[in-house]
Amino acid sequence: MKLIIAIIKPFKLDEVREALSSLGVQGMTVTEVKGFGRQKGQTEIYRGAEYSTNMVPKIKIEAVVTDDLADRAVEVIQQAANTGAIGDGKIFVLDVGQAVRIRTGETDDTAL
Amino acid sequence: MKPFHKFGLAIGALGAAALLAHPALAQTAAAAPAVPSPIPPATVNKGDTSWMLVSSALVLMMSIPGLALFYGGLVRAKNMLSVLTQVFMIVCVVSVIWVCWGYSMAFTGGSSIAGGFSKLFLHGVTADSQAATFSNGVYIPEYVYICFQMTFACITPALIVGAFAERVKFTALMLFMVLWVTIVYFPMAHMVWYWQGPDAVAAAALKGADALAATNADAGMLFQWGALDFAGGTVVHINAGIAGLVGALIIGKRSGFGREIMAPHSLTMTMIGASLLWVGWFGFNAGSNLEANGVTGVAFINTFVATAAAGLSWLLVEQIVRGKPSLLGAVTGAVAGLVAVTPASGFAGPMGSVVLGLVVSPICFFFVTTVKNRFGYDDSLDVFGVHCIGGIVGAILTGVLVDPALGGQGLADYAAKPGTLSAGSYDMAQQVFIQVKAVLFTLVWSGGLSTILYFLVDKTVGLRASVEVETEGLDIAEHGERAYHY
Repeated sequence: MKLIIAIIKPFKLDEVREALSSLGVQGMTVTEVKGFGRQKGQTEIYRGAEYSTNMVPKIKIEAVVTDDLADRAVEVIQQAANTGAIGDGKIFVLDVGQAVRIRTGETDDTAL
Repeated sequence: MKPFHKFGLAIGALGAAALLAHPALAQTAAAAPAVPSPIPPATVNKGDTSWMLVSSALVLMMSIPGLALFYGGLVRAKNMLSVLTQVFMIVCVVSVIWVCWGYSMAFTGGSSIAGGFSKLFLHGVTADSQAATFSNGVYIPEYVYICFQMTFACITPALIVGAFAERVKFTALMLFMVLWVTIVYFPMAHMVWYWQGPDAVAAAALKGADALAATNADAGMLFQWGALDFAGGTVVHINAGIAGLVGALIIGKRSGFGREIMAPHSLTMTMIGASLLWVGWFGFNAGSNLEANGVTGVAFINTFVATAAAGLSWLLVEQIVRGKPSLLGAVTGAVAGLVAVTPASGFAGPMGSVVLGLVVSPICFFFVTTVKNRFGYDDSLDVFGVHCIGGIVGAILTGVLVDPALGGQGLADYAAKPGTLSAGSYDMAQQVFIQVKAVLFTLVWSGGLSTILYFLVDKTVGLRASVEVETEGLDIAEHGERAYHY
């Protein structure tokens, strides 16, 4: 099993979710996050006050998938979340040791 | 019936003309005197009364929720309730003060600086008492006049809180406001707006020059100068604006000013508040005519178009200077236009008001962006940059825009033909000079006295909230509640 963490532009969430669903990914966790990378934030101006926010709002998607799905999942996220502009985000893949479905007690691949 | 005589130049002309159209009826009603008086008998009109009641409610709506939301949206989420509470409680406290001693101090004769105490606790005022308007023989119930003026006394101190929002101690603020309305606002309203009314002037004029001089000498000082302030450019906006600046300087900058992000937490609220202000301002300006007649219509249309023009010109300036037209710019411009047209509303013409609106926004824009940054004072919500500067622009240009040649309404003369409103002599240079003098006086009066009051409160109760309170947010630290749970 692999944990896929994708940091994407907020407005790309629907496209990424649809792409993962059509691949057969059953569920995911979505969080509104802030951060920065090479994009370095934005400038906001309120009357005379200028603020450069170095934290940019992003969406973090976490999904655990079976090993055989992982590569294709990464691929579809990369395609769906891509705009070609700076600040499109990143994808990380981690190994997962164990998974349990709380309702039934099923474990690992069957729990996903 | 006399033919309709057009006094297009003067305040309340239509109302006066309508009454004068029925001299025969008026004379039969007051048949007793051998020589019929040219002054029409005092009448109270249901239309005027209704309009003034509606106007009073509209001006209350400007303060709450209008101004409260306009300001509230501009602060950080942790200070939202503090601003709402401050504005709401100022309205509550000042309303009570107004009926106890405020009205008497502002609107009874006494000296040319402040009124007397003859109507303390509204002594002697009944449902039958009448207050003069700007037309001979036209009155409104005094209770209605008291209510209308009360709403002005409420909103003026509430305007000040924007200057030092997010760092003032609530109890100290309330104490300051009690002192400020009593010592600064009531005398200011008296000096600009108090006079005995058109019929008293006419009656004195009939008795002779000495009586007329005595009646005129009873009026407020700036009124005697001939300063024009239809709805409160000096009394409300310059007065509150300079008091705000002084307060921001004495209380000091917010901690973290210039380093931390202090962006508005909800411009949606600010837009709702600004829009409520615009609607309520029709009561403020058009209501200031005290009657429902043609000049009320003048003030209404001026309030409409000056605001629109100012919103437009602010956005154009932003588009040119910054390349991005912002909502905050649009609503700030609109408020600057409302402020500027306030003294001019019953005196200018609609085209003059459009010009006034177009002119005021670039000036205020310069103050809230360039001047504020240059000097580094923390006038949190730009009370000085918008209200004081916008008020000064409006007050001075009122002296120009009142010119009948520019579509203005001209000056009113109640003494030349007693009982009839006639056009007074007008000289632009002289009028502008009087306007400038009134502006300077207001700046010194309010700036000076406010400084003393801030100092007094600071040395006794302490004006500023502690850094811990400020960091945590005034809402939870001072009021024990939060605006939003999410």
